[in-house]
Amino acid sequence: MIPEPVIFESSHAGRRAFPQAPASLADIGDLPASALRSEPARLPEVSELQVVRHFTRLSQLNFSIDTHFYPLGSCTMKYNPRAANRLAMLPGFLGRHPLAPDEHGQGFLACLYELQEMLKAVTGMSEVSLTPMAGAQGEFAGVAMIRAYHRARGDHARRVLIVPDAAHGTNPATATMCGYEVREIPTDAEGDVDLAALKAALGPDTAGIMLTNPSTLGVFERRIVELSAMVHEAGGLLYYDGANLNAVLGRVLPAAMGFDVMHINLHKTFSTPHGGGGPGAGVVAANERLARFLPVPIVGRRDDRYTWLGEAERPDSIGRLSAFMGNAGILLRAHVYMRMLGAEGMRRVSSFATLNANYLMARLQAAGFELAFPARRASHEFIISLRRLAQDTGVTAMDFAKALLDRGFHAPTTYFPLLVPECLLIEPTETESLEELDRFVAAMAAIRELALHDAAEIKAAPRSTPVRRLDEVKAARDLDLRWYGRPRPPAAP
Amino acid sequence: MPFIPHTAADVGAMLQAVGAGSIDALFDEIPAALQVEGLPGIGPGLPEAAITRLMSERAAADGHPLCFIGAGAYDHHIPAAVWEIAGRGEFYSAYTPYQAEASQGTLQLIYEYQSMMTELTGLGVANASLYDGATAFAEACLMAVRANRKSRSRRVLTTRALAPAYRRVARNLLEGQGIELVELPLADGRTDIAALAASAGADFAALAIQQPGFLGTLEAVDELTDWAHAHDMLVIGVCNPVWLALLEPPGRWGAAGADIACGEGQPLGIPLSSGGPYFGYLGCRDALARQMPGRIVGRTVDLDGRSGFTLTLQAREQHIRRSKATSNICTNQGLMVTAATIHMSLLGAEGLRRVAAQCHANTRSLVQALCALPGVSLAFAPYCHEAVLRFERPLAPLLDALSAAGILGGHDLAADYPELGHALLVCATEMRTAADIETYASTLGRLLAAA
Repeated sequence: MIPEPVIFESSHAGRRAFPQAPASLADIGDLPASALRSEPARLPEVSELQVVRHFTRLSQLNFSIDTHFYPLGSCTMKYNPRAANRLAMLPGFLGRHPLAPDEHGQGFLACLYELQEMLKAVTGMSEVSLTPMAGAQGEFAGVAMIRAYHRARGDHARRVLIVPDAAHGTNPATATMCGYEVREIPTDAEGDVDLAALKAALGPDTAGIMLTNPSTLGVFERRIVELSAMVHEAGGLLYYDGANLNAVLGRVLPAAMGFDVMHINLHKTFSTPHGGGGPGAGVVAANERLARFLPVPIVGRRDDRYTWLGEAERPDSIGRLSAFMGNAGILLRAHVYMRMLGAEGMRRVSSFATLNANYLMARLQAAGFELAFPARRASHEFIISLRRLAQDTGVTAMDFAKALLDRGFHAPTTYFPLLVPECLLIEPTETESLEELDRFVAAMAAIRELALHDAAEIKAAPRSTPVRRLDEVKAARDLDLRWYGRPRPPAAP
Repeated sequence: MPFIPHTAADVGAMLQAVGAGSIDALFDEIPAALQVEGLPGIGPGLPEAAITRLMSERAAADGHPLCFIGAGAYDHHIPAAVWEIAGRGEFYSAYTPYQAEASQGTLQLIYEYQSMMTELTGLGVANASLYDGATAFAEACLMAVRANRKSRSRRVLTTRALAPAYRRVARNLLEGQGIELVELPLADGRTDIAALAASAGADFAALAIQQPGFLGTLEAVDELTDWAHAHDMLVIGVCNPVWLALLEPPGRWGAAGADIACGEGQPLGIPLSSGGPYFGYLGCRDALARQMPGRIVGRTVDLDGRSGFTLTLQAREQHIRRSKATSNICTNQGLMVTAATIHMSLLGAEGLRRVAAQCHANTRSLVQALCALPGVSLAFAPYCHEAVLRFERPLAPLLDALSAAGILGGHDLAADYPELGHALLVCATEMRTAADIETYASTLGRLLAAA
C-alpha cells in the first residue's frame, strides 16, 4: 500500500481553500498590537481537493465496523445504523446553541426526555442523568454519588471501594479520583466473585463495590443476589458498570440485581459510533436512594413542556460534569436507535448477541482452542486462552491478533482481563451473520494450524496492512509527537 | 428484525452447534427470579421512515433563531467537506486505534492534529483531545498540581474572568482529590492585577487565565505569566483556538511562556448541537509531556523501517497504573478531532485569523448598533469576539421577548456576575450579516421603547 504523506508535506505558501473563510482580513486596528501574534501559526497551506483527497486516503488506512468484522471483547462493536447519524445531524438539531432557551429546544428536549424514560425502563432505576460524556465519566458520577450519599448521612468512616480483579482499569482509577482507597478481591476458578474474600473485605469502612455483570470474564455472576445482600448488610452500596449491558438487555434489570447506581455506555449497547476513540456517552442511572445526587442537567417535563433541571431544582446534585450538556448529539443517536428497536428489539439484542457468542465459542472449542471457562455459558462474549499454544510454539495472543488482521478481521481484545494468561476476549455482537462467524472460525483455525508448523510466519504478521509491526519502544523513547520540531527530518519519499 | 441478520434456519443450525434447545436456554445460568419478560414503558419499534418523520418534525420545531449568543460555543461556518469526510464509515465506525497496523488513518490524523494544535498554542506537546473545554481545564489543573516540582500546593489560583462553567466543572471533578480553586476578582472586566499582591505570599500550584476572557476582554497575559512564574506557579492558558490564530499564543506569554494550554475545540468545525459532542484540547511544554493525561500519538518506524504511527507513553494510562492513576480518562473525542483536523486544514492559519478578525468586526458593528439605543452601553473595552453590554433594567423579560421574535439576544450574566448589574454578553460571529445586526437592533429598539 502506498503511504500517505503527512499533510504538512503537501503545504505550499499562499495556497488555501479560499471559499471557506472571509475574503479579506477585517479591521482589527482597535485591538492592542501587543496582544497580536508576532508570527503566524504554521498550519498546512493546501487546496480543498488536496484536503479531501488526503483525508479520504487516510480513512482508507483504517479498519472499521463498516469494513471489517470487529470481535473486540468488552467494546460491543455492533453496526451503527446510518439513520441514527443522519437524523442526529438534521440542521434544526445541529444549529441549536446550548444556551438557547427551552422554547427553542422542545424537539431536542423531547428526544432526551424519552431517552431518559427508556433507559429507566431497561435498567429498572428510578432516575437517569444523560450528561456523562464517556463510561469513565459515568463511573466518576456514580462513585461521586456514593460518596455524597455517605457524606449526607454523616458517615465519614467509609473510605474503601471494593473492586474485583477482573474489573475494567478505569474502575480503580475512578475510585482513586473520588478519594477512595481501593480493595481488590479475587475471582474463583469458575469466574464468579470469591464470596469468602468479599466477606472478609466488607466492614464499617466499606463505601461500596464496583461490579460488572456479566463480568469481563464473559460469565454471569450467579450469586449476585447473595452478593448484593452482603454488601448492603455491611452498609455499602453497589455500583454497576454497564459495559456489558448488551448481554442482558431486556432480560435482567440491574436494579433488580441489587445495584444502587450504574452507568450505561451508549456507544456500546445503544450503538452510537466509536468514532476512532470517541465521543462516547456514559449516562448514569440510580435508584431512589441515590437519585437526588445525580449530576445535572436533567430534562424535566411540566404540562407537556420540557425543561432543563439544574442546580437550583436539584440542590443535592453532585453538579455539572461538562460545560453544557454532555455529548448531546450522541444522545440523539441513541434515542433514534432505541426507538427503532422498541421493547422487542432490545430483548433481541441480548438474545442474538448471546447466541452468536455461544455459537462462536462452541465452534472455536471444536477447532481445538482452549476456553478460559469451559463449564460456563458465554454471555455476549467469552475468553480463549492461548497459554498452551504460546508454550508449545512461542506464538502469543499478540501474534495471533496480528495474524487476524492479515486475514481481514480486526483482532479481539488481547491481554484483558489481566487474570487469564495469553487471552483473547471475543465479542461478536448480534449484528454479525452466521457466514461471517464461520469465516472467522476458519481464519482462527488456519492461524492455529500455521502456528504449529511455521511460528515464524505468524511472528512476522501483519504483512498486508499499511505498516507492519511498529517499534513502540522507539516511539516512547525518541518522542516524535509533532511535525515541526520533531527529532529528525522525515524519511526520504 | 432490526439490524439482526439471522434467519430461522440460521438460528436452528447455531443452537444445534451449541447444543441448546432454544435461545432462552442460553440464559440458564441467570437466576430465574431475575429475568423479566418484557419492558413496560417502551413501545414497539419504528421503521426508518417513521423515525425519520418524527425526528424531522422535532428538528424543524426547534426553529432557526438568529443567534447572538457565544459564551463558550460559537456559530461558525463549517465547510461541507468537513463532515462529508469525518462521517465516512472508516472514521465514524472505527474503534480506538489500539491495533496500530489496522488504524494508521486515525493515528496519522491524530499526529497531524497534535502538530496543528502545537502550532496554535505555541507549546511543544498536544494530546489527542479530552471531552470538552471544561473537563480539559479540570485535567489541566490536575496536571499542574502533579507537575509543579517547586510547590506541593493542591490549590490553583484562577480568576472570575475565566468561564464560570469551567470553574464549576473543575470544582466538581477535583474536589475528591482535595484540589481547591481560588479566584482573583475582576477589575474592568479583566483579572484585577492590583489584587495579585494579596496572593503573593500564598502557595499555589498554578495560575489559570483565559485569553480572551469569558467577558470578551483581553487579559494582561504577559504580566500575569511573569508574576506567576516569579512565585513558583505554573501557568495554565485557556484559549479559544480560533483566536490563537490571531493572538499571541500561550507558549509566548511573558518571558518564559505558559506551561499548559487548554480549551474548547468546538470553534474548529464542530456544530453547536445543543452543547455536544465537542472536544477539549490540552497542550504543554515538552518537559511536561510525561505528566499529560489522555492519548498521545507518536511517529516511529515499522519492521521494514517505514514511517508509521502508534499510541505512545501509554504507561501513564489507567490500563497499567490502575489505582495509582490520577485520572480515569480513557477516551478522546476522536470523531470531533477528525472534523477539527479537516477544518483546520481547509481554513489554514490565515483562514482562522480572518474568521477571528471578522467575528471581532461583526461584534463591533453589533455593539455600535445596540449602544445607539437608549439605556444600552458598552461595559468594557477593548473586546474581542464578544462584549458585555449594560442595561438599565432586568434582562430576562427583554430576552424572552427577543426570543419570541426569533432572536437569541445574548447570554444574561445576572446569575454568574451579579456584581455587573444588568449585563448581557453578546457575540456576532462571521456568520451574522449586517442585515441580521440591523434586525436585532431594530427589534430591541421597539421593545425598549414599548416597555
